[in-house]
Amino acid sequence: MPIRINGTEASAPADPRVSLLDLLREDLHLFGAKKGCNQGACGACTVLVDGQRVLSCLTLAVQCEGRDVTTVEGLADEHGLHPLQRAFIEHDGFQCGFCTPGQLCSALGMAAEFERGVPSVVTVDFEDYGADLTLEEIRERMSGNLCRCGAHNGIIAAIAEVQNSRQDQDKKEAAA
Amino acid sequence: MSAANNAGTLAAAVGLAANSWGQGERPDPLNRHKHGLVGTSISRIDGPLKVQGKATFAAEFLMEGLTYASLVFSTIAKGRIATLDASAAEAAPGVVLVMTYKDAPLMKPMPLFMTAEKAAGGDNLPIMQDDQIHWNGQPIALILAETQEQADYASSLIHATFEAEPSVTDFEDAKRQGTKTGEFGGGPLKLDIGDAEAALNQAAVSIDAEYSTPRHSHNAIEPHAATVVWDGDSLVVHDASQAVVHTAWSLSSVFGIDEGQVHVTSPYVGGGFGSKTLWQHQVLGAAASKLSGRPVRITLSREGVYRMVGGRSQTEQRVALGADQDGHLKAIIHTGVVAMSRQNALPEPFILATRGAYAAESFKLHVEVAQLDMLANTFMRAPGEAVGTFGLECAMDELADKLGIDPVELRILNEPDKHPTEGKPFSSRNIVEAWRTGAQRFGWAKRSAKPAAIRDGDWLIGMGCATGTYPYYRMPGGAARITLTREGHARVEIAAHEMGMGTATAHVQVTADRLGLTADQVTFSYGDSKMPGAVLAGGSQQTASIGAAIVAAQHALVTQLLILAGNSSPLAGLKPEEVGGLNGGLAELANPGRHESYASILGRAGRDEVAVQQDAPPPLELQNWSMHSYGAMFCEARVNAITGETRISRFLGSFDCGRILNAKTAASQFRGGIIMGLGLALMEETQFDSRNGRIMNPSLADYHVPAHMDVPEIDVIWNDIPDPHTPMGAHGIGEIGITGTAAAVANAVFNATGKRVRELPLTLDKLM
Repeated sequence: MPIRINGTEASAPADPRVSLLDLLREDLHLFGAKKGCNQGACGACTVLVDGQRVLSCLTLAVQCEGRDVTTVEGLADEHGLHPLQRAFIEHDGFQCGFCTPGQLCSALGMAAEFERGVPSVVTVDFEDYGADLTLEEIRERMSGNLCRCGAHNGIIAAIAEVQNSRQDQDKKEAAA
Repeated sequence: MSAANNAGTLAAAVGLAANSWGQGERPDPLNRHKHGLVGTSISRIDGPLKVQGKATFAAEFLMEGLTYASLVFSTIAKGRIATLDASAAEAAPGVVLVMTYKDAPLMKPMPLFMTAEKAAGGDNLPIMQDDQIHWNGQPIALILAETQEQADYASSLIHATFEAEPSVTDFEDAKRQGTKTGEFGGGPLKLDIGDAEAALNQAAVSIDAEYSTPRHSHNAIEPHAATVVWDGDSLVVHDASQAVVHTAWSLSSVFGIDEGQVHVTSPYVGGGFGSKTLWQHQVLGAAASKLSGRPVRITLSREGVYRMVGGRSQTEQRVALGADQDGHLKAIIHTGVVAMSRQNALPEPFILATRGAYAAESFKLHVEVAQLDMLANTFMRAPGEAVGTFGLECAMDELADKLGIDPVELRILNEPDKHPTEGKPFSSRNIVEAWRTGAQRFGWAKRSAKPAAIRDGDWLIGMGCATGTYPYYRMPGGAARITLTREGHARVEIAAHEMGMGTATAHVQVTADRLGLTADQVTFSYGDSKMPGAVLAGGSQQTASIGAAIVAAQHALVTQLLILAGNSSPLAGLKPEEVGGLNGGLAELANPGRHESYASILGRAGRDEVAVQQDAPPPLELQNWSMHSYGAMFCEARVNAITGETRISRFLGSFDCGRILNAKTAASQFRGGIIMGLGLALMEETQFDSRNGRIMNPSLADYHVPAHMDVPEIDVIWNDIPDPHTPMGAHGIGEIGITGTAAAVANAVFNATGKRVRELPLTLDKLM
C-alpha cells in the first residue's frame, strides 16, 4: 500500500528498517524534515501522520502505509503560506531555520491535540479545559521541539497569535 | 516599494563614509541617517524559504552516485590501535570503502585555528595517518556505503582493540602535573597592576571566593555535515561553516593543493555558536571521496558531534574584590585554572571581561592551563566572557551584599572613565544609561535588599543583576564586490555567513541606504569561498567586517560611476565625497536636486553593469580606542523552597551596543544569547568521565538545553547610541547576550533564597 505524502503517493521502501525521515530525505528528497539527533530528543524531524505529530526519525516508513503524511513542504497551498508560516516570519520565530519545520508541524499537531481534549502536565482545570490555549500550555506542549538559536519567544508568540485568531474566528462563527 | 515611493522617506542623500577607521574623522553618515531602512524591523529575507523547509543545508546537496559515511570512534583516551579488523565491515551489503590509518591518503594536519590568518582547524593532530590515539572519541575508521543505513550497520562490524598508555583525564591530576600560563591573542593571559593582594588585605571590605564552570557543548540543532566531491584535483565541499574561506585554505593545506582548487559553499548553517569551523570530518569525507572516486556525504550523528567537535572547557576561578567602605574598588583579583587539550590554542580566557569592567587601583588577572588528554576544546559563544562574567559578576553581588550597597549602584560607582587596565579612551560606553533605563523598566526598586524575604506559596522570589560585556572586533580580511546593473539593482558579494544572525537582511538594509536603493533592489550574496574577503563569522565581528568592506567598495563604485557619468551628467565636476546615494542614483549632498539615476548613468555610458571589488582598510580603530558592547542584565528567579527547582520568571537585557541595524533580528540575537545564558546558568554541562576522558552525555536527551517551558518572555531594550568609530555606528551583537546572564540568575537565586551557589550549573541539588 502506498504512503500519501503531501497528497502524492509514494511507495513504501523495500527495506523495512528505513525510517520515515530517511525515506523523506534520502529517497524523496523532501529535505524539510531535519535530522537533528535521530533519536527522538530534538523534534526537528516532526511531521504529521493523519494529522498527528510524530517524530519521523522514530517512525518506520512502512508504518505509514495507507496513511497521510504532511511535511513542512505540504503546509503552503495555492493561496500561499500557511498562516502559521506567515506568523513565524512576522514574529521572527527562527534564526537559523533548522528546527523550524519541526516546530511548525509540531505546533499544528499540538493545536489539534488541544482541541481533542488531550491534557498536558500544566493543565489545571479540566472542567474549564479548552477555553484557552495559554502561553504556558503552548510552552509545555512545544517543549519537545528544541531550538538552540533562542527563538523561543517568537515561536510561542506566532503559535499563540494563530491560535487566538482561529478561536476568535470560531467564536464569531458560533455567534452567527 | 518603488524607488519613486522611497524618495519620500529618504530625506537626504547618504554620503560616503570615510574609507578608513581609527583616524578620528567624521563618523559614518549612516550613524545619523534616521529615515532609511537601517534600524527598522524588516523580516528576514530568507524567512519564506526557511518556513517551507526549502533552505538548502550542507547535508541536502544532491549529487549523482552519492555515498554515505559513518565513523567509528576510539574508546580510550591515549595509546595505540593494537588490532583493527575491518573484514566483516568490508563484506557488508552496500559498502563502498572502509578507510583506516592503514590506507588513508597522505594528509597534513589541519592548520590550527588562530595560528595563521586563514587557519580553521579545531586541532592539529595527524588525521588517520598512524595508529596513535590522542583522545577518547577519535575517529579510527570511516565506512562509505550506498545508503546511510548500510554505512551505519557496517560501522558496527569494525572490531578494534587498543593498547592504552598512561593518560591524564582528571582535572586534579592535570593540575598536579603542573600548569602554565595561558596564551591568547599573541600574549599571556596575565596582568598585574599594583600589588592587588596587598590592596585586598588592606581593604576595608573584601570578598574572596572560588567559582567553577563545567564543560559546555554548542549543540547547534544541525549536526556537522559536509557533502564533498573531487573534480580531478579540485575539491568541492558543501559545508556547514562559519568560515568558508578559512576552511578552503586550510583544506588546501591538508591536501597539498592550491587554495583556488578548493571551493567551499555554505548557504545556510543550522546554528554554529563557534563550532562550525574545520574539524576532522570534512577532511575524512574528502579523503574518502578521493579514495573511492565517489561523492561523499558525511553527517555526524549527534553522538559523533560530541566525540569529534570540541566545546567550551571547564574553569575554576578565584575572584577577590577589595573596596573601601563607600564601595570604591581597590583591588580586583581574577585568577584560576582551565582545562585544555594538548592539540588546540584556546585556554578559556575568563579574565577578558575583567580587564575593562571596573575602575580599581590594582589588578591581578591570570589564567593558568592544565593539560588533559581529551578532545580539543574550542571557541563557544563569548569564549572567556560567558563564564568569566559569572565569577566576576557574582563576586560584585557578594561585595554589594557585604557593603550594604545596591548592586546596580555599586557597579555605577565603579564605572571607569577610561579603560582601567589599558588606559585607552572608550569609543562608546554608555553602560550607566543602560543600567538606569533597565532598572526602571524592570522594577528593580521593588527588590528586597534582604535575601529570602519574598515568598509566594512554596516559591521564593528574588531579583539579581549583572553586567554583560563583549568586545567590538573587526578582523583584517574584509573585502566586497558590488555589481550595479543598468536596471538599478545592486548585488553585493562577500564570503560571509548566515547562521541565523540575519546577516543578509541587515546588510541589504545597509547597502540600500548607502546606495539610495530600496531593499528589493539589493541582493546580498554570501557563503561561498570564491567570493571576496576572508570573513570569519566569529568574535561578533562579521557585521563590522562586512560594513567596512561595503564602504570601501562603494568608494570604488562611486568613483567609477562619476567617470562613466561624464561631462553631460548633472553630476559633472563633482567629486566622490560630494555625492551620495539617493532615490536610485547619485545626488549632490549639498543640493540633492542635482541627481542622476544609476540607470541613466549606465545607459548613457552604454554599460549593462559596473562591477567593483575592494578590500576593507585595516582595523586601526581598535588601536586607538577601547571598543566594547555592554549589557545591564536583570533576572527574576523563583526557587521552590521544597524541591530547589529554579524557574526564571522574568529577564531583561538593557543593551549599549552601538546602532542597531534591524530591530527585529537584533532582538532575536539578544534573546538567543540570553537563552543560551539561561542554559549555562541552570542546566548545561558536558559530563566528562575523569577516569577515561569520555563524554558521558553525548545526546540531546542527556545534555539539557533550554526548552520552551524553561524560557519566559525575554525583554530586550537598547539605547541605539551609535559608536562614532565603527561602520554604521554598529557593534556585532551575537555574543553579548550570553555574558552576565548566568551571574544575573545566580544573584537572583541568592536574593530569593539567601544561598550562594558558586558552581554551575545551578541545579536543584545545590539548593535543597
